[in-house]
Amino acid sequence: MAAHFLKNRHMLGWVQATPLTLVLLAFLIAPIVMIVIVSFWGATEFSIYPAFQFDNYEFLFSSPVTYRVFGNTLKYALITWALTLVIGFTVAYYLAFHIRSQTMQIALFLLCTIPFWTSNIIRMISWIPFLGRNGIANQTLISWGVIDEPLEWLLYSDFSVILAFVHLYTLFMVVPIFNTMMRIDRSLLEAARDNGANGLQTLMHVIIPLTKPGIMIGTIFVVTLVMGDFITVRFMSGSQRANVGRLISNDIGLLQYPSAAATAVVLLGTVLIVIAILLRFVNIRKEL
Amino acid sequence: MDRRPRSFYVLSAVFVLFVLFLYGPILTIGILSFQGPQGGLTFPMNGVSLHWFRDLFQEQAVGDIWGAFRRSLVLGLLVMVTTVVVSVMAGLAFRKRFAGSGLLFYAAITSLVIPSILISLGVGLIFNQLGLKIHWATSGFGSQLTWTLPFGLLIMFAVFNRFDKSYEEAARDQGATAWQTLRHVVLPIIAPSLIGVALFGFTLSYDEFARTLLTAGSYNTLPLEIFGMTTNVTTPVIYALGTLTTAFSFVIIAVFLVSVWVIGRRRARHGSDAGKAA
Repeated sequence: MAAHFLKNRHMLGWVQATPLTLVLLAFLIAPIVMIVIVSFWGATEFSIYPAFQFDNYEFLFSSPVTYRVFGNTLKYALITWALTLVIGFTVAYYLAFHIRSQTMQIALFLLCTIPFWTSNIIRMISWIPFLGRNGIANQTLISWGVIDEPLEWLLYSDFSVILAFVHLYTLFMVVPIFNTMMRIDRSLLEAARDNGANGLQTLMHVIIPLTKPGIMIGTIFVVTLVMGDFITVRFMSGSQRANVGRLISNDIGLLQYPSAAATAVVLLGTVLIVIAILLRFVNIRKEL
Repeated sequence: MDRRPRSFYVLSAVFVLFVLFLYGPILTIGILSFQGPQGGLTFPMNGVSLHWFRDLFQEQAVGDIWGAFRRSLVLGLLVMVTTVVVSVMAGLAFRKRFAGSGLLFYAAITSLVIPSILISLGVGLIFNQLGLKIHWATSGFGSQLTWTLPFGLLIMFAVFNRFDKSYEEAARDQGATAWQTLRHVVLPIIAPSLIGVALFGFTLSYDEFARTLLTAGSYNTLPLEIFGMTTNVTTPVIYALGTLTTAFSFVIIAVFLVSVWVIGRRRARHGSDAGKAA
């Protein structure tokens, strides 16, 4: 009986997928449902109580802070996306098409990915000696005579926030773009050259179109990571800049869970809409 | 070999700059962690010493970082083993294209792209409302899995997309049962990729912050402890800690990469074609 039961492809599939399903149900789906429920609850200064009211959303949508903070979040996402795309594409292109030995290719690729497996917090902290008022950047610029006084906007500003985002997340662009580029049939490049295309034309009309799936996957990573971030903005701006994640984490700090939950629901909605649009351009499972 | 175009040299320079950008800051705090006892958070170096590393071993100076390190290590290993097992099982399941697999796939992708603070908040709320105690080994463990499992699953997709099914068919034709085929054919072939999954599982857990923030309970993991230090520690001791834990990460990464390489070498030597699906 059991043997027969497991011969069914669907049944065996579900049995093997059970652990994954359970983890996702308990720690992904249930938390989302819980957040949606709590977003309708009420809160006093010390506790939260079940209710079904729209107060949290009303407050959220009537506050000008909300719009400013969402705008700021999208701004960070857009600027970081553009920078990581240009840098990531260039690096991936160099690795895929200019490095001829495969061993070298793997070595350099690993060199680019190793920081991914180290701590983000440490990588943020490590910018402080660079950007601080008496940091390396200011000292260098002063000794070169470029500036007379230390620049104040290097640390704890939009600049440092975006710098950290680019530093942390560019490899999320490099890896998928490199992966797609490695699968481009090299004879297509030869064909382009034989037909008289120069390097730039080959890049524009052959490589970039064929690399689009990788670009899309990288985009999804970078955009969602930046939009959902709360720690980079807090740390690198010295709590002087805000994004949606910080709005949520501030509410959590004040034990205003229902309000945090309402903001979280709107944030999740925004992120999912962005993803849904991006997914129309790529079939992730085929591109791995 | 034809001559390198000029763009090669330009791009090489760009690449070198990129690598400097990636590693420069961490090297800097590596150097600064050897500051003299009077030294500050930036250059110039005020002497050279191991003062700040010694500080790390004195509890009153830095709090419970060794306890935090032990917890992160145990949690990392738990997450690693779970990630490998669950990802392999799920990877095998998805090959069967069972009904509803599309839905599960989208759930996994959601798990990857969902803002981490939602996991933190949602899991925290559930545990509170159910009256369960928040602890790094329960709520923290589950929250971290939502981050490591999608990566494990994506790697399994990449592996099975390149997997030559004729190995399995050959095994079946010779009378192997489904379990024997899995145990003696499929798993050995994909073994090096499993080391990759393990690497992701361990390091992503060991460094995880956002999803553990509200789910670790009263005992901090190392990244939480370090973040706590950033608000109240203003001496290079935090650089010393950063240097040490990054060095630890590098050692772990090296161990994983070397073992993949050794397995590859051993296979080449024994003339086995296992793993060379392409």
